[in-house]
Amino acid sequence: MNVRPRDAVATATRRGDGVPTGAVHSWDVSVGVDGPGTRFVAFLAGCPLRCRYCHSPDTWYRRSGRHRTVDELMAEIEPYRRFIAVAGGGVTISGGEPLMQPRFTGEVLRRCHDLGLHTALDTSGFLGVRADDALLDATDLVLLDVKSWDPATYRRVTRTGSVTPTLRFGRRLADRGTPIWVRFVLVPGLTDAEENVAGVADFVAGLSTVQRVEVLPFHRLGAHKYAELGLTFPLAQTAPPTPELVARVRGQFAERGLTVT
Amino acid sequence: MTGTAHLDPWRGFTGDAWRDTVDVAAFVRDNHEPYTGDASFLTGPTCRTLEVWGTLKSMFVEERRRGVYDIDAATPSTITAHAPGYIDRERELIVGLQTDAPLRRAIMPNGGLRMVETALKAYGYPADPQVHRIFTTYRRTHNDAVFDAYPADVLAARRSHVITGLPDAYGRGRIIGDYRRVALYGVDRLVAERKALKAALDDRPSTDEVIRDREELAEQIRALGELAQMAASYGYDIAGPATTGREAIQWLYFAYLAATKEQNGAAMSLGRTAGFVDVYLRRDLAEGRLTEMDAQELVDDVVIKLRIVRFLRTPEYDQLFSGDPTWVTEALGGMGADGRPLVTRTSFRYLQTLYNLGPAPEPNLTVLWSPRLPVGFKRFCAQVSLDTSAIQYENDDLIRPAYDDDTAIACCVSAMRVGRDMQFFGARANLAKALLYAINGGRDEITGEQVAPATAPVGGETLDYAEVLAAYERTLDWLAETYVDALNVIHHQHDRYAYERLEMALHDHPVRRFMATGIAGLSVAVDSLAAIRYGRVKVLRDDTGLAIDYVVEGEPPTYGNNDERADAIAVWLTETFAAKLRRQRTYRDAELTMSVLTITSNVVYGKHTGNTPDGRRAGEPFAPGANPMNGRDTHGLVAAALSVAKLPYDAARDGISLTSTVTPDGLGHTRDERIDNLAGVLDGYTDAGGFHLNVNVLDRATLVDAMAHPERYPQLTVRVSGYAVNFVRLTREQQEDVVSRTFHGSL
Repeated sequence: MNVRPRDAVATATRRGDGVPTGAVHSWDVSVGVDGPGTRFVAFLAGCPLRCRYCHSPDTWYRRSGRHRTVDELMAEIEPYRRFIAVAGGGVTISGGEPLMQPRFTGEVLRRCHDLGLHTALDTSGFLGVRADDALLDATDLVLLDVKSWDPATYRRVTRTGSVTPTLRFGRRLADRGTPIWVRFVLVPGLTDAEENVAGVADFVAGLSTVQRVEVLPFHRLGAHKYAELGLTFPLAQTAPPTPELVARVRGQFAERGLTVT
Repeated sequence: MTGTAHLDPWRGFTGDAWRDTVDVAAFVRDNHEPYTGDASFLTGPTCRTLEVWGTLKSMFVEERRRGVYDIDAATPSTITAHAPGYIDRERELIVGLQTDAPLRRAIMPNGGLRMVETALKAYGYPADPQVHRIFTTYRRTHNDAVFDAYPADVLAARRSHVITGLPDAYGRGRIIGDYRRVALYGVDRLVAERKALKAALDDRPSTDEVIRDREELAEQIRALGELAQMAASYGYDIAGPATTGREAIQWLYFAYLAATKEQNGAAMSLGRTAGFVDVYLRRDLAEGRLTEMDAQELVDDVVIKLRIVRFLRTPEYDQLFSGDPTWVTEALGGMGADGRPLVTRTSFRYLQTLYNLGPAPEPNLTVLWSPRLPVGFKRFCAQVSLDTSAIQYENDDLIRPAYDDDTAIACCVSAMRVGRDMQFFGARANLAKALLYAINGGRDEITGEQVAPATAPVGGETLDYAEVLAAYERTLDWLAETYVDALNVIHHQHDRYAYERLEMALHDHPVRRFMATGIAGLSVAVDSLAAIRYGRVKVLRDDTGLAIDYVVEGEPPTYGNNDERADAIAVWLTETFAAKLRRQRTYRDAELTMSVLTITSNVVYGKHTGNTPDGRRAGEPFAPGANPMNGRDTHGLVAAALSVAKLPYDAARDGISLTSTVTPDGLGHTRDERIDNLAGVLDGYTDAGGFHLNVNVLDRATLVDAMAHPERYPQLTVRVSGYAVNFVRLTREQQEDVVSRTFHGSL
């Protein structure tokens, strides 16, 4: 963990009356990009990692979110329930890293699940140990971001942390039968080494509940957010991967029998 | 045609209701067979189709360069004025052109001579002296007649652009003849029907109304005669009903063609023809007369014709409406009143033309959507949207109960029962500018001129919501009265001087009439009111006290985020103005309806409107139709769509338009997923009561490249408010507007 001290102020996750609150950065309704179908996506604030390619540095700190009770977030979801039911889709808790706030995340997932909404958790798995069984029981799908296999690469990507917790979390999900969509962000010169991809692919191929692998080509569309925050975008000079490179990496997953999108 | 004369035209058809009375809807109901499968039966283009289309494609290059390909400046168009014309006489299956050559435009001075002569001058053609003499000396035009009768306050409102786009200088359009009648019954039967209707008026006293009806019926009978004569010039006898699919398409097209020879209508919809044509094609296929490839080829051939409908208009008109629109709108799909889908193989065949001929804005293919439509059809529509962006969607579950299951769309979003309803098209009033008039005591914010009646301006340094609202209501009362007054003048004179003889011959008598008003600037007005109510809006005034700019403080909600605070204001404004309009007396007692639709005139409306209290700068385009303002809908397409879906259709029965642009990635990762997700969004939006959705599936890079290299994208189609346009034919300004409009891509 490499949480900045000032974030610790915001780690109190309960109001005086015991109602869990969360730091919510924003929400959106997206189609087909954060799990299946049309989804209400809550972006929670705060993340332990500082990925070089991160396109939402504005969600790194808990203080960048607004404190919301579970009821308040559920009230935001409510106007979309009918639409989601008709169009097909669900609710995704994303971030930031939603497992920075496991109690709040777990409660929202459970409430949604009780309403019959399909639920997804979008996580790096780095804090997977914080997801208790009750939370996972209320989770229909985990979007698991496996950033790299090679430990040195993982550290270089995230500037902190190790892949071990993610691997452990992945195996736990597979053991308990939770469906997984693996995400792998392809960055030229950073995550594209053949052995690095092969390691991720081998590991993922061994998880029985993986339904698909999304190879996400790196883009620079979040660069303006760095500028607004007065930060330097570390990959400002990195070009998106070529179609050939994307095809190669997708192939590496596909040849292990994985469904790649 | 040879070889079909011996056939009984109605062989194999079932049902009786349509035999004794002219009732195509009953015929379709009795003979239609739903198709619930997928698109796998469709065939590609034949060589013949590609050759005919190829001939035109090379002419389009020249047309785009010069603005028009050619004009016949000396022959005022009538149904029979021009000799037969062909694209490629040997190869065409369905024949008939508006003039004696493809893309050669006709003049129609009945609507207005000035429009004709301005257009001729703009394209370098001399005005014909004889035409000029006839229409200045012997024959008055609609345009002259309207300006003789406009009162002063209408002229002032028109000049200041608080009311704009009025059809007072050209054909009003938006009337859809039931062209199918000619195919099902033949011209003789329709003439006999009109004669009986006219004879029935003989016993009535000769009041203004009865005299007008008799004269109109006489004109309709004459027009039907001219239609038969025009068909004869192409070698067809259409006195009797069509006997085959090819004849049915040909008869139907002749009827439509005659309408386009007679009227330079702002929108010349085709109607709802696919289900009707399907009955004939199905019979031919069963009789072994056609193969699937032949059936598709016939559809491709008539669609080629519909793609080259042309009217001579001024460059300013084209600038207002983007390119060269004709709105040859065809309504596809929908559900029957009996619960069966009205989807047929021919619905698929019409959509397939977008592959066989490539994407194009015309005909304006409009899918009447219901979540209950067969999955195969829904998926094919979504696929066509993804591939071409060339179709629009309207809510069949709203239209069917409000009208019926044989309803078509005029222009973009105006529903009318085919052959039973007509409308008096009324362009739109600028509600954002009206708000500025309310604040400024009726003075125009740009010129300072007193346009609306003088009232006390809204005072103070900060705008007070209650005070603004009271002033706004007063201004809207004046606007509603002035606006409908203008429309009454226009349509009275249009009926007298540019009557749609043939189109009205293909309607029931008596016909139900709508007075179709419209509003522009909804989202600007709503966001302004929300800013005044939920934020603080400071006023900056010039030396004369005129409010000319506003400073917004706080974080007021904006329309387009499914935020009840702003959306409730949008509902209130829509209902309030509709109610004020309905209180006005209308010409021929037409039922008043209202649309929230701007087409692309949102750019021009914005140009003529000063700074607004929502922070929008003077001259900045409005959002099109019922769209949220560009960039203010921050929660994505679905949240924006749900805001728009709250606008009540009952208050805006002439349609509510939403244009959305998504990137392919914003709909999913795989093609199959994108298709399913788009179909799901359409289900969700329709279920929520959303009326209309234009779907553009594009990426920004494509549009930017098309601006730089128009020659590489001759067929790039973009849907704007209510219809599709060729992107490369938009003005630079409109292209920039489209590009800057929110791309709902995920970042």
